[in-house]
Amino acid sequence: MPKYMLLQNYEGGAGCDIPMTEWTPEDITAHIEFQHVLNRELVANGEFVEAQGLSGPELAKKVVSDGVAAPVVTDGPFPEAKELLAGYRVVDVESEARAIEIAAKISAAPGPGGVPIQAPVELRQIMGAPTIES
Amino acid sequence: MSTEPRVEDLLRALAPQVLGVLVRRYGDFTAAEDAVQEALLAAATHWPDGGVPDNPRGWLIQAAVRKLTDQYRSDQARRRREDVAALREPPAGDVPDRDDTLVLLFLCCHPALTPASAVALTLRAVGGLTTAEIANAFLVPEATMAQRISRAKLKIKSSGEPFRMPGDAERAGRLRSVLHVLYLIFNEGYASSVGDDLQRTELAAEAIRLARLAHRMLPADGEVAGLLALMLLTDARRAARTNAEGGLVPLAEQDRRLWDRELIREGVALVTAAVARGTAGSMGEYQAQAAIAAAHDIALRVEDTDWPQILGLYGILERMTGNPMVSLNRAVAAAMVHGPRAGLDLLDAVADRLAGHYRLDAVRGHLLELAGETGAAVECYRAAAARTTSLPEQQYLTTQAARLHTGQSR
Repeated sequence: MPKYMLLQNYEGGAGCDIPMTEWTPEDITAHIEFQHVLNRELVANGEFVEAQGLSGPELAKKVVSDGVAAPVVTDGPFPEAKELLAGYRVVDVESEARAIEIAAKISAAPGPGGVPIQAPVELRQIMGAPTIES
Repeated sequence: MSTEPRVEDLLRALAPQVLGVLVRRYGDFTAAEDAVQEALLAAATHWPDGGVPDNPRGWLIQAAVRKLTDQYRSDQARRRREDVAALREPPAGDVPDRDDTLVLLFLCCHPALTPASAVALTLRAVGGLTTAEIANAFLVPEATMAQRISRAKLKIKSSGEPFRMPGDAERAGRLRSVLHVLYLIFNEGYASSVGDDLQRTELAAEAIRLARLAHRMLPADGEVAGLLALMLLTDARRAARTNAEGGLVPLAEQDRRLWDRELIREGVALVTAAVARGTAGSMGEYQAQAAIAAAHDIALRVEDTDWPQILGLYGILERMTGNPMVSLNRAVAAAMVHGPRAGLDLLDAVADRLAGHYRLDAVRGHLLELAGETGAAVECYRAAAARTTSLPEQQYLTTQAARLHTGQSR
């Protein structure tokens, strides 16, 4: 079965431009609960591989090196913070169609007032084994 | 006292036999399968130090029955009392000496299951692997694999399939499912044997073991023999298939001294006998694939390859399956017999059905290179590299494009 990584960045979805810190506590709880329920559902389906959230742009660092001199380390946040990766899920599914279905659920996570945030979810297939030659 | 690998081999061989006994006696595949797993784990813990009991099969049956009884007792509230009462009776001393491994194999490869669930369930119930081992092999968490297996068991339960060999009417179709599942297990292990992925290469060995088992139980079936031969003839090339850096080495460039002659001898004998037993025109898909693998394997040098024979076999396989991937391979064979142009013409005929598939571009790149059309070949290799979902293949195709682009010879 193919594995897919479903990536989310900090870009607010079409349904939500308000940063989460300005949501009501109930809306935040509902959003987090939604994520847990989705992960449990993926485990129950035998599709779950991994789900991780990444620490925020404030802690992000960029490292550049020529392999000789000391590396250049830049501290975040960066102007393009919205493009930074916020978190990802890895799923092991029957088909791309199923991966798209899961991505759609993630995108429709509830935001303020329970309205789906419609955040864009990037879907990437993880490289697997080569096919048999013969 | 036995050494550890022998205990493991013994447990794997006994696992389906013990499970068969429990299912026959209690009729509950789902619970029996869990109980046998626990008994296997207990044996794997105690036997290596405490020694293998005189009657290992009886020991496992007793242990599994005990686990099953415990399980039912803890579920007592949800069960009718007489079921539990029946279970309290001590297990009969005489266990019928029948081997239900084949029945189990058919059950676990039930067509109602998705291929991935059938693979997982077969490895556990017939192969005797633990959930953790299967999860490791497929690179998913144990909890995920446990769910996959338990859902597969529920599906079998709800299918109402009786515990016996499928009847004659559906036998052939069901056997196809079994062979397909074994082939998938082999493919999963062999294909990923790039680099040092040992956990997964064990899957290829396990698939061969299960295919041997099936062949022993169905010795007259040509396709079972064909599949086993195909696995052996493919696995024989394992050592030559990757270079020191873990990169893929194509068949034509492999160091054939590294091929396993013993496996080749066995595979060739199997497929030859299977084809000879069949009537004209009755050759099955796996036999044809094995015959092609054999033709490659018996060529001591790549230039000794009998391409006309391989081309003929791909023609048979193509008519049999209608699979466009087979057509790609036939195009390569045609190029070797009649020149690259003939191969490219055949590709054009299947291009529509494979549009956007990296294999089409990879093969076209190869044939264009043979035809001396370097620029077009580079484009095809690049397109293929951009669309493959396999890292070793991407590296190989990228290197091909770069090699031609910079004008280097092989």
